[in-house]
Amino acid sequence: MGAGAPRPPFLRRKMRQTVDRVEMRGIVKRFPGVVANDRVDFDVRAGEIHALLGENGAGKSTLMKILYGMYQPDEGEILVNGKRVRFRSPLDAIRAGIGMVHQHFMLVEPFTVAENVALGLPSSRRFVNDLDRVSARIRELAETYGFKVDPRAYIWQLSVGEQQRVEILKVLYRGASVLILDEPTAVLTPQEVEGLFRTLRHMREEGHAIVFISHKLNEVLSISDRITVLRGGQVVGTVPAAEATRTGLARMMVGREVVFRLERPEVEPGEVMLEIRDLWAMGDRGVPALRGVNLEVRAGEIVGLAGVSGNGQRELAEVIVGLRRPQRGAVRIGKTDVTGWPPAALIGLGLSYIPEERIRDGGVPEFSVEDNLVLKDHPFPPFSQGIFLNFPEMAHYADRLIKDFDIRTPSRRTPLKSLSGGNIQKLILARELSRSPKVLIAAQPTRGLDISATEYVRRRILEQREKGTATLLISDDLDEILSLSDRIAVIYEGRIMGVVKSEEADIEELGLMMAGVESR
Amino acid sequence: MGWESWIIDTLKRALAYGTPLLWGTLGEIYAERAGVVNLGVEGMMILGALSAFAVAQSTGNPWLGILAASVVGGFAALIHAFFSVTLRANQYVSGLALTIFGLGLSGLLGTSWVGISLKNPLPKATIPGLERIPILGEALFRDHSYLTYIGIVLAVVLWFVLYKTRWGIAIRSVGESPSTADAMGIDVFAVQYLCVIFGGILAGVAGGFLSVEYRPAWTEGMTAGMGWIVIALTIFAAWDPLQAVGGVVLFGALYHLAYRLQAWFPPEFLKLMPYAFAILVLAVAGLRKVKRGAPASLGVPYVRGQR
Repeated sequence: MGAGAPRPPFLRRKMRQTVDRVEMRGIVKRFPGVVANDRVDFDVRAGEIHALLGENGAGKSTLMKILYGMYQPDEGEILVNGKRVRFRSPLDAIRAGIGMVHQHFMLVEPFTVAENVALGLPSSRRFVNDLDRVSARIRELAETYGFKVDPRAYIWQLSVGEQQRVEILKVLYRGASVLILDEPTAVLTPQEVEGLFRTLRHMREEGHAIVFISHKLNEVLSISDRITVLRGGQVVGTVPAAEATRTGLARMMVGREVVFRLERPEVEPGEVMLEIRDLWAMGDRGVPALRGVNLEVRAGEIVGLAGVSGNGQRELAEVIVGLRRPQRGAVRIGKTDVTGWPPAALIGLGLSYIPEERIRDGGVPEFSVEDNLVLKDHPFPPFSQGIFLNFPEMAHYADRLIKDFDIRTPSRRTPLKSLSGGNIQKLILARELSRSPKVLIAAQPTRGLDISATEYVRRRILEQREKGTATLLISDDLDEILSLSDRIAVIYEGRIMGVVKSEEADIEELGLMMAGVESR
Repeated sequence: MGWESWIIDTLKRALAYGTPLLWGTLGEIYAERAGVVNLGVEGMMILGALSAFAVAQSTGNPWLGILAASVVGGFAALIHAFFSVTLRANQYVSGLALTIFGLGLSGLLGTSWVGISLKNPLPKATIPGLERIPILGEALFRDHSYLTYIGIVLAVVLWFVLYKTRWGIAIRSVGESPSTADAMGIDVFAVQYLCVIFGGILAGVAGGFLSVEYRPAWTEGMTAGMGWIVIALTIFAAWDPLQAVGGVVLFGALYHLAYRLQAWFPPEFLKLMPYAFAILVLAVAGLRKVKRGAPASLGVPYVRGQR
């Protein structure tokens, strides 16, 4: 915090020296088989937002985990205010005034906000905890930065946006002057993103140094002062945001020209292939996750299901594919009522599923690429004859799909778990799409994939549309929904708030519906 | 026999029988709150029982016996901590191994002590003043082992530490989400080691109680499945030290009642009780589907940088 804001007394006491500049020089970090960071130089100064841009696996998170003391660099040095430091653990980094908000929140769900903030800190009462005092300070801090947070609320009661605020509070509470945010917008609605950006600008003015990790070009351009692009563990360059362009940054990230526009030829939608009527289902916590969903998807149509994650998207997908039991309502595929059918019967009807948890629900990590490719169809000819498996046929089929879908694998006998995320997704895509599905449920199909793999997956989904598949696309990425869908349905707390045609969709309006405001 | 003496008798026996269960359960609660399941309770208890008896018999001082039991229990737990925390071995396998190891080793080393009865068992105490309360005073505050009183006070203290101190926040956070605790600067391994060893110390004392107080003699396998009841009671108590006291008294009373019914039931029925109870608790916990208070990362070895 800078000179402007009056600092609450407790922070003045705890405040370490202010950090004016953090530098990382020649950082090298090797993991078995990969160099995650290769002689990386990076610096951030007080009063600036410095974006770290790159594809997945470019080494952004690794670099920042080194700065935060979670990893030890193999080579290179870190300087705070020009002085060499060594962070053996996050504790050392916190002591030096560096805080990090992780991509996956580091919050203990059954704990209150105050307990989470107090975690790991000495108590002012020595042995007995001082949660009442912590709560009072949280309120002070929240006021300074214009948050609304109840220190006594339990984490599991909070929305994702609120949880993120708790994360930021935790860092501020520890008097950090350097704040690292790892993909902070991935889980937020457009409005919440705006709120976060206001807070960040506020903090910048107060003299904080902020590192903003992202792979979203628009956000990086709108929030940051400088942008450093990483590719394959190396720095491609550092540019002032004012001089950067979307295409220029994309080229730096990927190393070649990127086509942002996807070809979407006109397809006349056919009959209704997937119909959902007044569907109710319980979530994992025993409260209804779906509260009367109505939706239909026609042949040759992609319907995008937009919404902040956790509003029933996962449960809807699971009910449709037979992994979760509905309480009420109906699911029809074509003319058949399939409510409550087991997955095997649905697969037989031509339903394909690209699951959100692609490792957990999409394959068997220990099985080979080949076995995973025939996972759904192995009981049927030509892969099975009687009780015997036809191995030559399976091998032949696997080789063909590996080639067709460009799955980068050393061989068809390689275990699935040693493939990269993008190639695992291509494998699932290969298995699901080559069964010529009538209905495709694609949940977060490009989450965590790099630009090239994302492009590939999207093109394949569009191709499937031309072949007449009815696709329900569930995604947290609004850009993805907008660029692929024919119609967009917005889900909020287990209800569809409205369905709009893609070309008439307006981001503002979608954002409002995602926040629970009924469509006009 | 009047109903008063019947109640007094039942409560008294429940507390006496429940004391080792209480110590063991309190220890297991702490280990599991830090995310480490230790199925070695039975093994730690029996090793504690043998060492307590051996030391008490050799020195003539039962308290030295209890001290020895706590040290041995702590060391036995250290083995489990090393395997499950440092080597990240399967906690269930490591714990079972510890139980089998403890039962075997104590049987081997204890042969020369079999059949001797302890000269100088642990004294009993009466709390002046409180013993005068009608019925309850006589049942709860007269002629109990020191370890019974200490155990109940310990339960209150451990509850306070768990919920009202910053150490408690640290321990619970490690069991719920070790990666979060790690990121907040808490030494996850240290917390897990300390809690597991603490659990072992308590389990050792529980075993010591058996051989220098409850039945002042050494018999092979004298823990007779108590370690498994401890595991069940930990779940039954929802990992809460105060609820553990309730669970222990309830189970102690049930056990005593079954004992009284001996005239009508075969002794095999008695031997079956602990296991039946353990299965019953697990079944009820499973049927209710809600994992009441189970630490979210229970039984999962923590690897930094993995989710």
